[in-house]
Amino acid sequence: MVQPVLEWQAGTVTAIRPETRQTKSFTFALPKWMVHRPGQHYDVRLTAPDGYRTQRSYSIASAPERVGELELTVERIPDGEVSPYLHDVLMLGDELEVRGPIGGYFVWDVSLGGPLLLVGGGSGVVPLMAMLRHRAAQHSTVPARLLYSSRSGEDVIYRDELDGLAAGDRAFEAFYTFTRQPPAGWTGYRRRIDATMLAEVMKPFGKRARVYVCGPTLLVEAVANALVLMELPIEQIRTERFGPTGA
Amino acid sequence: MAGLISRGFLGRRRPAEVESRLPPGQYLVTDFPVLSAGPTPHTSLDRWSFTIEGLVGSPVTWSWADFQKLPTQTYTVDISCVTKWTKLDTKWLGVSVDTLLQAVQVDPAGRYVMAYSDGGYTTNVPLDEMVNGQAFVAYQFDDKPLEPVHGGPARLVVPHLYFWKSAKWIRGFRFMERNQPGFWESLGYHIHGDPWKEERYSGD
Repeated sequence: MVQPVLEWQAGTVTAIRPETRQTKSFTFALPKWMVHRPGQHYDVRLTAPDGYRTQRSYSIASAPERVGELELTVERIPDGEVSPYLHDVLMLGDELEVRGPIGGYFVWDVSLGGPLLLVGGGSGVVPLMAMLRHRAAQHSTVPARLLYSSRSGEDVIYRDELDGLAAGDRAFEAFYTFTRQPPAGWTGYRRRIDATMLAEVMKPFGKRARVYVCGPTLLVEAVANALVLMELPIEQIRTERFGPTGA
Repeated sequence: MAGLISRGFLGRRRPAEVESRLPPGQYLVTDFPVLSAGPTPHTSLDRWSFTIEGLVGSPVTWSWADFQKLPTQTYTVDISCVTKWTKLDTKWLGVSVDTLLQAVQVDPAGRYVMAYSDGGYTTNVPLDEMVNGQAFVAYQFDDKPLEPVHGGPARLVVPHLYFWKSAKWIRGFRFMERNQPGFWESLGYHIHGDPWKEERYSGD
């Protein structure tokens, strides 16, 4: 496989959309846009006037079908160095140095087929959304289910779009669980993702499911361990983790 | 590209003695992030072994009990992950690769090592960069048995390279004549991975 050399380029901010209290989506026009695989990420680099620099990685939220554009959805980490800049300082028309796309394992495209089980926690839903947007853009009929854990109803990123996708597509269903404060009148799951919940959501897929899990380490560990105990082949379980171990 | 100044960005500098230990593009963490491509393997110690094979006179395998009898050293090292975090002064107990290699006769043609792990993970490191105290197989972190999420029961640690080279759940070394890419090296990451040269991705 030929690997393109990844160069830094200045993306121009063309849209900023608040998603939740903690997350915003940023759209960039890229002069040297390259097609990505859903699940990949971009590196972002900030430079201070005295030359001080720092970098972070953010998952791509947009589908590769959006030629020339890149959308990143970023959670604001209160004591962070880069995400507060993106949330509080970056404006339309600003330039931001980025390079990518990066990562070749936590990726899915329609050619890989399904059935597809996406399991996300918090902003871990972002790369999964790129997969779902790609799947929709391709009018794919690959059966797909999303199991998405949030603290509260207000913390669900892309809720309207996800519900819209599910309403218009018999092969896709979204399942939500709330770990702290479910929305009023909620009758669905209201606990951390566990083996029982996974078994219920993936029941129609059985051991054929191709699973992508992204979220905080504790969630990813719990889900991946449960899937292994359910005897899902480990090649079908791909994970992306963020955050500390909690230990 | 030449530097674009990020409008309104001042940055959060650390004290000079910390900044000088952070490779380019890295930021300091005090927790211990976990990054793995798949499920965490849970290999029981009675089924664990460590093997050195490939271009060696005769392969050698240690059981967990035998491995525990090898002389150990404590190491305090800085580690840098390609995902940008650097953790300073991490404390490990492990067996030097130099010690392990005393048990085999490496063929002079075997200049590269493929480290391999439970779960199918692999990563390549030149032999030159494993010897003379540069790498070890660790089974304790912070005076406690290494947790499975961090690579326990044992992981390779090659602190001078990006941390994906420090294979979790290590089970052996295969000596090779040519420098072949391991798991991440086949997926767009740099074949060598020196954080001070910022060798993150293929072509860097």
